[in-house]
Amino acid sequence: MDPAGEEAHQVLQLSVVLFCGAAAIWLGVVAALLYTARRRRKSLSEQSASRFILFGGAVLPSVTLAALLSYSLWLMPGLRPFGQAASAVLHVEVTGKQYWWHVVYRRSNGPVVVSANEIRLPVGQRVELTLASSDVIHSFWIPALGGKMDMIPGRTNRLSLLANKAGTFRGPCAEFCGTSHALMAFAVVTMEAQAFQEWLGTQARPSPRAADDGAALFLRHGCGACHAVAGIDARGTIGPDLSHLGSRLTLGAGSLPNTADAIARFITEPERIKPGVQMPSFAMLPQDDIRNIAAWLKDLE
Amino acid sequence: MRVLPKQVDTLWTLFTAPVVWALHFLTCYIGAAIYCAKPDLFGVGFDAVRVGIAVATFLALGAISVSAWLAWRQWGFGTDDPPHDDPTRRDRILFQGFATLLLSGLSFVAVIYVALPALFVMECVR
Ligand code: HEC
Ligand SMILES: [Cu+2]
Repeated sequence: MDPAGEEAHQVLQLSVVLFCGAAAIWLGVVAALLYTARRRRKSLSEQSASRFILFGGAVLPSVTLAALLSYSLWLMPGLRPFGQAASAVLHVEVTGKQYWWHVVYRRSNGPVVVSANEIRLPVGQRVELTLASSDVIHSFWIPALGGKMDMIPGRTNRLSLLANKAGTFRGPCAEFCGTSHALMAFAVVTMEAQAFQEWLGTQARPSPRAADDGAALFLRHGCGACHAVAGIDARGTIGPDLSHLGSRLTLGAGSLPNTADAIARFITEPERIKPGVQMPSFAMLPQDDIRNIAAWLKDLE
Repeated sequence: MRVLPKQVDTLWTLFTAPVVWALHFLTCYIGAAIYCAKPDLFGVGFDAVRVGIAVATFLALGAISVSAWLAWRQWGFGTDDPPHDDPTRRDRILFQGFATLLLSGLSFVAVIYVALPALFVMECVR
C-alpha cells in the first residue's frame, strides 16, 4: 500500500479504481434491494420489468466490464516498457535456485558484478531484469516496486522496474518451489544513483579482507567447490557468491540475520535452518575453524 | 423464392454465433502467436496483425449480426413473450429463435472483448 516504484504505483491505482467501482456497484444493488423491500408497493409492468432486466442485467454490466477491460489493457504497455529498455543502462539477471537467488549486474560501462540474495537498484533509473530459473518454477516479486513475474526453467522472462524512493524492502519467492520455499527471499535496497554507482564500484573489486586468515581454511575445507569469493581461488557456482557476504542484510536468502554467529550456525547445520538445502552440513569441522571462517566471511564487505 | 427459409427446423442454427466467436478467437490468438514467434515469416509489421484482427472482428460481428437478425425473425420480432414452453411446434420454434438471439448477443460482446487487446497492445512484447 506504500509503493516505492512506478509499477507498484500503477498496481495500487488499479486496485483503488477496482475497489471503488465494486463498492459503488454493491451500494447500488443494495440500495435497489432496500427500495423494493421497504418502499415500493406497486409492482412494475411486465414490459418495464423486462427493459430493466435487459439494461440493468445485460447492457450495464457489459459496458462496465468493457470499460474496466480497456482501462487495464491501457495500463499494460506501461508495465512492460521494453522498447526503451534496449537503452537501459543497467541490466540485472536474476536466477532462481532452490532456495536462493543468483544475481548478476551488467552495465554498458563497467565490469560485471556477481552477487546473491540481495538486489540493489538505483532510484530514478529504469532497470531491466532478466529472470530465469535453473531448477523449478520460482516467482520473483518485489511488492514495494512492482508486480511479480515467474521464473521458468528454460525461459527468460523480462521485467522492467523504476524505483522512485530510497529504502529497504523484502522480496519473497512467490511460487511454491520446495520444502524451504518460505525461506527463499531477498533483500532489496534502492539507493540514490550516486551511492548506487559507488556501491557497484566496491562490489566489482574483491573485498580488501579476502586474503585474510579465514581464506585458507575456507579453501582447505572445500567450500570453494561450490562458492566463489573474488580475490582467492574459489570459483564454485553451485552456491551463492560470497565475495561481499559481510555487507549483505540477511543470510541464507532472508532466513537469518547476517551475523558471524548466524554464519557459523549456517555452516554447522544448514539442513536444520533450511530443510532440503543444497549445502551439506559441516558440523564435523573443528569448532574453531568454523568460527574463523564465519568471522572472515562477515568481514568480506 | 426465399434464399433463406423462414423457419429452420434444426438445432444447428442455435450454434452459429458461438461458432463464429470460437473461430474469431482462434484466428486472433493463433495468428498473433505465430506472428510473435516468427515475425520474419510474414515480412509485415505488428500493425498489420492489428489490422488483420480488426478485419476478422468486423467479419465476425457481421456474421453474428446476421445470425441475430435471423433469430429475431424466427422469434417473430418479439411479438410473443417468453416462456415458450408449450409442447407445440410453434413454441419450439419461438423458443429456439429467442435462445439463438440471446446467444448472438453474448457472442457479439465476447468477440469485442477478444479483440480489445489489439486496440491497446502495440508490440509483441508489450
Ligand atoms: C555442495 C556445495 C556446497 C558446499 C561444499 C558448501 N556450500 Fe555453502 N551453500 C551452498 C548452497 C547451495 C547454498 C545456498 C543455500 C540456500 O540458501 O538455499 C549455500 C549457502 C551458504 C551460505 C549462505 C550464503 C548467503 O548468501 O546467505 C554460507 C555462508 C555458506 N554457504 C558457507 C559455506 C562454507 C563456509 C562452506 C565450507 C565449509 C560451504 N558453504 C560449502 C552450497 C555449498
Ligand atoms: Cu522459490
